Amino acid sequence: MTPASTAARTDQDEHRIGWAAADAPTDVSAAKRLGVVGAGKLGMTLARAAVAAGYEVAVASSGPAERIALPVEVLAPGAVASTVKEVVDSADMIVLAVPAHRFRELPSDLFDGKILVDAMNYWPDTDGEDRELAASDGGSSVVVQAHFPGARLVKSLNQLGYHELDDYPRADGATDRIAVAAVGDDRLAVRTVMHLIDRLGFDPVDGGPLANGKLLEPDGSPYAETLSADTLAKRLSAV
Amino acid sequence: MEEREYEFGLDSFMAVTAGSDGETIGGDQVVRDTVEEGVLADEVGIDSFNIGEHYRHDMMDSAAHVVLAAIAARTERIRLGTAVTVLSTQDPVRLYNNFATLDAISGGRAQLILGRGSAIESFPLFGYDLRDYEDIFEEKLGLFAELLRGGPITWSGKYRPPLDNVVLTPPLPAGHLRTWVGSGGSPDSVIRAARYGLPLMLAVIGGRPERFRPLVDLYRRALAQFGHRTDLPVGLHTLGYVAASDEEAVETQWPYWLETFERASRERGWRPPTRAQFDAEVAHGAMFVGSPETVARRIAPVMRALDVDRIDLHYALGAVPAAQRRESIELLGREVFPRVRDLLKADPAENEVIAGSAALGDVASPVRSTHAPAPTR
Repeated sequence: MTPASTAARTDQDEHRIGWAAADAPTDVSAAKRLGVVGAGKLGMTLARAAVAAGYEVAVASSGPAERIALPVEVLAPGAVASTVKEVVDSADMIVLAVPAHRFRELPSDLFDGKILVDAMNYWPDTDGEDRELAASDGGSSVVVQAHFPGARLVKSLNQLGYHELDDYPRADGATDRIAVAAVGDDRLAVRTVMHLIDRLGFDPVDGGPLANGKLLEPDGSPYAETLSADTLAKRLSAV
Repeated sequence: MEEREYEFGLDSFMAVTAGSDGETIGGDQVVRDTVEEGVLADEVGIDSFNIGEHYRHDMMDSAAHVVLAAIAARTERIRLGTAVTVLSTQDPVRLYNNFATLDAISGGRAQLILGRGSAIESFPLFGYDLRDYEDIFEEKLGLFAELLRGGPITWSGKYRPPLDNVVLTPPLPAGHLRTWVGSGGSPDSVIRAARYGLPLMLAVIGGRPERFRPLVDLYRRALAQFGHRTDLPVGLHTLGYVAASDEEAVETQWPYWLETFERASRERGWRPPTRAQFDAEVAHGAMFVGSPETVARRIAPVMRALDVDRIDLHYALGAVPAAQRRESIELLGREVFPRVRDLLKADPAENEVIAGSAALGDVASPVRSTHAPAPTR
């Protein structure tokens, strides 16, 4: 399958995507409550950015909610420290931002029916060798999807360092706005995440199906670069 | 008002440096050069000299305490420490033995920064499993904090044999061996430092250092929550290089910065570094490179913005030759740090103007995060 990479706005892109789900509901802006699982550098940065973008945000880590109450209050004021279960019960969309060697500790049916944004990267240096993640031709998110078969998985927000998520948000139309790609097989989920990306201050780029996720990983071509939407879309379709 | 006490230190990873003929010089020579650099730092008024911990072909800092002991024997004043000690793969008892001995040799000048380390080559080398990364550090920090309290110790855990009413030697006088906890910016590690009531050292090696301010606030709030005094010191580790002029400093550091980050990019999957990224880091990121006046005017507002008591500058990045490293040390000790002290004493308004220019430009840092390479950690 070739990637239908496009830098189009979320509300214009449907006709450019060959495998868009024609019968799916189309209100991609309905998601109001964002959950973040993982209260580390990335999770906290995303929580802060999402609060600023107007989402109701709940953050959870592996422990009880009280354990992250203070960091959430100081680092992401306005977000609510929660348990994983509370996040799953309340959120319309959930970002998974735990270390890649730990996602298998979460139950397989936990995110059934939920839009799940896989923002993790597999770093052998810190995660240790993981044969399954290393061997996946379609990238780590294919393995994550297999672990959470009922989740509507989208790989995104893994491309930038957490401090770039702090430093680079720009208003829609700004000339120096940078792009963030999303890939996934559930097209409505992808479009919903693209709407999130836009509200966070980045130009969303549809990178095609989940198996294209390899292109968004360390050592992949666009990985970790700050690119315009046009350039990112070209890089993704050139591969 | 009581004058605030600052510590202006230097960090070295004992990089294998370039010789005058362009070839790298021998590792044994790097070790001897580092001892001389520590002695020089003392002569020019630097407050502390701190050595890292790596086990790789281009860095010779695998036995910091031995190098520090050699410096201790030839100096009277400078504090001698680590930046950082990878506590996870050391035995806390052995670490105590080494540094209590250094403290005795130096007349009470030993100090430590303990961290999990972003370089993880010590895990396979010493037979540890990377999957225990979190648990090992937690357990060993807990034990080391107890050892610092002195007296007979009874302890048991998972990662070393139990201690039954053991008295460690040599004894440490009360308050000696000040021990900091290093953090690359993860909220967990900031909270952990606060839980043990130990001073916090923040490492920033890319992007705007000012963005770490919320972590300083988190640390102080957490200290209060854990019932510790809230005025424990906070420090900042960052990168720098000083020469007579801005141009000389920038052009001397640039090729070695490029070499260092090209290697890191290959090893860790970061984006390949560019000159534009280097320039952005120098202009308002974590590279304090330039003439003494330029670097002093970068450091002072950052220290003020972060409300820190200590700054450790990695005084030349990569294989910068020994002669240039020595020049950087001299200028830092004789000109930069005294000037920063003056700026910090002066009217804050003077510094506000400089801090206002600190927004990051269009070009991103090549550094994925601070000391931990994974953005999700």
